[in-house]
Amino acid sequence: MNKRSKGKHSAAERINAGLARRRAVERLFRYTGLLSLLLGLTFLCVLFFSIISKGYTAFQQTFIQLEIHFDEQKLDPSGEKDYEALSTADYGSLVKKSLRTAFPAVTSRQEQRRLYELVSFGAAYQLRDMVLADSALIGQTSRVWVPASDDVDMLVKGHIKRGVVEAERRLRDIQLVWLDKLETEGRLSLKFNTAFFTSGDSREPELAGIWGALMGSILTLSVALTLSFPIGVATAIYLEEFAPRSRWSDLIEVNINNLAAVPSIVFGLLGLAVFINFMSFPRSAPLVGGLVLTLMTLPTIIIASRAALRAVPPSIREAALGVGASKMQTVFFHVLPLALPGMLTGTIIGMAQALGETAPLLMIGMVAFIVDIPSSIFEPATVLPVQIFLWADSPERAFIERTSAAIMVLLGFLIAMNALAVILRKKLERRW
Amino acid sequence: MQIFVLLLTLAAMTVISFYLGRQRALTVAGGNIPALNSLPSYYGYYMALWCGIPVLFIVISWLLFESAIVAGIVVASLPDAFAALPDQQLNLVLNEIVNLARDNVTAGQASSDIATAAQLYNQIKAVSSGLLFVLSITLGAGGAAFAWNRIRVQQRARNKVERTVLIFLMVCSTIAIFTTLGIVLSVLFEAMRFFQMVPVADFLLGLEWSPQTAIRSDQVGSSGAFGAVPLFAGTMLISAIAMTVAVPVGLMTTIYLSEYASPAVRSRSKPLLEILAGIPTVVYGFFAALTVAPLIRGWGESLGLSVSSESALAAGIVMGIMIIPFVSSLSDDAINAVPQSLRDGAYALGATQSETIKKVIIPAALPGIAGGILLAVSRAIGETMIVVMAAGLAANLTANPLESVTTVTVQIVTLLVGDQEFDSPKTLAAFALGLVLFAVTLTLNVIALYIVRKYREQYE
Repeated sequence: MNKRSKGKHSAAERINAGLARRRAVERLFRYTGLLSLLLGLTFLCVLFFSIISKGYTAFQQTFIQLEIHFDEQKLDPSGEKDYEALSTADYGSLVKKSLRTAFPAVTSRQEQRRLYELVSFGAAYQLRDMVLADSALIGQTSRVWVPASDDVDMLVKGHIKRGVVEAERRLRDIQLVWLDKLETEGRLSLKFNTAFFTSGDSREPELAGIWGALMGSILTLSVALTLSFPIGVATAIYLEEFAPRSRWSDLIEVNINNLAAVPSIVFGLLGLAVFINFMSFPRSAPLVGGLVLTLMTLPTIIIASRAALRAVPPSIREAALGVGASKMQTVFFHVLPLALPGMLTGTIIGMAQALGETAPLLMIGMVAFIVDIPSSIFEPATVLPVQIFLWADSPERAFIERTSAAIMVLLGFLIAMNALAVILRKKLERRW
Repeated sequence: MQIFVLLLTLAAMTVISFYLGRQRALTVAGGNIPALNSLPSYYGYYMALWCGIPVLFIVISWLLFESAIVAGIVVASLPDAFAALPDQQLNLVLNEIVNLARDNVTAGQASSDIATAAQLYNQIKAVSSGLLFVLSITLGAGGAAFAWNRIRVQQRARNKVERTVLIFLMVCSTIAIFTTLGIVLSVLFEAMRFFQMVPVADFLLGLEWSPQTAIRSDQVGSSGAFGAVPLFAGTMLISAIAMTVAVPVGLMTTIYLSEYASPAVRSRSKPLLEILAGIPTVVYGFFAALTVAPLIRGWGESLGLSVSSESALAAGIVMGIMIIPFVSSLSDDAINAVPQSLRDGAYALGATQSETIKKVIIPAALPGIAGGILLAVSRAIGETMIVVMAAGLAANLTANPLESVTTVTVQIVTLLVGDQEFDSPKTLAAFALGLVLFAVTLTLNVIALYIVRKYREQYE
C-alpha cells in the first residue's frame, strides 16, 4: 500500500477503486451470517418435522370389531364365576372362534393361522379384563373392538404398501382380501390410542405404551429434586454468604465448574461403581437413577442459585443487619426469599436436563425390559428417554412411529418445563 | 411400607418437639419473652434438632448396613457345605433365600437348608425392624427430653441452632468435592485392576480392539485385544466432523445476531436456537440413525460411493447440530464483552462492518471464542447417545467419514450394558476408557476455563 501511494493515484482514488470490492466482501460476509442462522433454524425445523411426521400416526391405532361369544363352556364350565378360574381361562380361543365365524370360507390350518395374525395378542387380555370387570358377560354375545396386529396397523396407516410384491410384504394377499372385507363392513377403523398413554412396555408394538416409563421418570426426578434442590441451595448460600475466601472455597468452586462440564456418562460410571457395586443398592431402581441425576444437576442448580443470590442488592443485607438480625437470620428471612425465584428457575432447567438424560442411566441398568408400572423408588424401572432408546433399537416398523410419538411427549414435557421457568422468571424476578 | 410409617412417626415427633420446646421456653420465661436469650421459636428448633438428628443418623445407617449384616448372619447359619462355595455361587444362594423369604417363590425346588435359612432371614428381618422402631423412637424421645431439660432463660439457643445450620451448609458444599473424588477414585480403582491384566502401553498404543474374551478356553477367535487407538481415532473423527459443522455455523450465527440482526430478529431467533440445546441427545440419536444416515447413504450411492449405514458422517453432522447453540452462546458472551469503543474506533478509521468484525472484534474476542470451542470439543468427545445410536460398534482404524467407526463412549456403553462380572477385563476396560475420557475432558475444560478467565480480565 505504501509503495503504491507514491504512484500517480491520489489516496481518495485508490480508496474509491477498492470500495466496490470491499462492499462485495461485506455483502458476502453478511449473507454468510444470515445463511448460518437460517441453516441453524432449518436444522431445527427439519428435526421437528421429521419427528412429528413420523410420530403423529401413533396417537391412533387400528381396531377390528369382532363379534365375540363369551362361551360359558370355555370360560366358566363350573359356573362358579371363580376369579382365579376366570383369569386363567382361554380367551384366545374366543377371538379365534369369532374370526373363524366371520370368515367361514377359511378352512386350512395355514390360512387360519394367517387369519389369527390379523388380531393382536392383546385382544385376549382385553376380553379377560372385560369379563373380570363384569361377569354378567359370560354366555352373552357382544361386539367388541379389539386392537389389530401391528402389521395391519401399518398397512392401514400406509407404511406397508399394497403395491409391493407379496413376498416382500409382511402381509399376504389373502390377508389383504380379508381386511378389505372387514373394512367394507365397517369393522376396521382407526381410533384414539389410549393404550399408548396407559400401558407399560411390551414386545408387541400395538400394546406398548409410555406410562411405565413416564412413572419411572417421575419417580427418578422426584428423588433428584428432593435431594438436589436443598443441597444445591445450601451450597450456594454457603459459598455466596458465609464462606471465607480461602483455598478451600476456591477448591469447591473449581470442582463445581469442572463437574458442570464432565460428560454425563462418567456420572454413570460413578453410579455403577459407588452406588451399585460398593453400596449394593438395587440395580435399575429410580433411587439410584435419582442419585446419579442429583450429582449431575447439582452444578447447574448451584451456579444458578449463586447468580440469584448475587443479584440481591447488598442494601437488603445491610438493612437487616442494621436492625439487629443475625447473619443467619438475614440470609434466611431476607435474602433467600428474594433469590428464590431465580433459584427455582435454575432448578427447573436442571430438572429438564435430567429428564432428557439417557447415558448415565444406561450404566446403572435402567435399560431393562420392564412391563410393570413401577410404584416405588426401589422397584426396577425405566425412564422416558431410555424407553425411546430401547424402542429405537427395535426392528418392528410400528416401533418407529411409537418412538417418535414418545419423543413428542418428552419434548412436550421439556418445552412445558422451560416455558414454566421463563414465566417464573418474568413474573417473580425483581429488577433492582 | 413399614419404613414410611416409621419416617412419618419420626417426622411427627420432630414437629411436636418444636412446639414443646417453644412452649417450654415460654413457661421458663414466665411470659416475659424479652428475658429469653433467643426468640421462643429458636428453643423449638433447638429441641427439634435434638430429636431429629440422632434419629436421622440411626435410620440412614440402618438402611445402609441392614441388608449386609442380615445377609452375613444368614450365611453364617448355613451348613458348612455352603461356606466352601465361591462368592458368586454364594450370592446366588443368598438371592434364592431372599426371594423365598420375601415372596415365597423359588426357582425349582428349594432344599430344606434354604427353607430354614429363609425362615431365619424372615425372623432376623422382623427383629431388626422392631429394633429399629424401638431404638429410633427411644432415641428421638430421649434427645427431645434432654433438650427440654436444658432449656433455660439464659440458654443461647439461637447460636446453637445457627451453628448447626452452618455445619449443614458446609457439609452440603463439600459434596461437589466428594463427587469429583468419587469419580476419580472409582474410575481409577477399576482402571488399575484392568491395567494389572492388560499393560497400559498395550491399551494406549495397541491398534486392535476386540474386547470379547473367550468363555471357554478352547474357543477360537476371541482372545480379547484391548488396543484403544481405533476408538480414539473414531472419537476424534466424529468430533472433528461435528466441529466442522458447529464452529462455522455457530460462530457466523452469533456474529450475525450480535452485529447485524435487528433487535426483533435477534430476540426471536435466539430462543429458537436455544431449543436445539434443550433437545435430549437421545432424540438427536434417533434423528441421526433414522433420518440423516439413510439420507447420506442415498446421496452417496447416487454418486457411486459406498457409504456405511452407520457412517461417521451422519453421527458427526448431527452432533455438530447439537453443539451449534453451545458454540454460539459461548462466543456470544465473548463478542458481547468486546467494548463498543473498539468498534467505534474501527468505524472511525473507515473500516466496513465486516472488516471491523474480522480485524478487530474477533481478534479481541479470540481467547473467549477459543475457550468456547475447547469446551465444545470436550462436549463432543463425551457425547454418548448420538454415537451409540448412529455410529457403529466395529473398531475400524480409518479416516474415511463414510465408513463406520466406533468411539470411546460407545464402547463404554456396550461393555457395561447388560450383565457384568467385575473381574473380567472386558468390564474393567470400560472403566479404563472412562478414565481416559475423564482425563481428556477435564484437561480441555481446565484449559478452556483458564483461557476464558485470563481473557476476561483484559477489559475489566
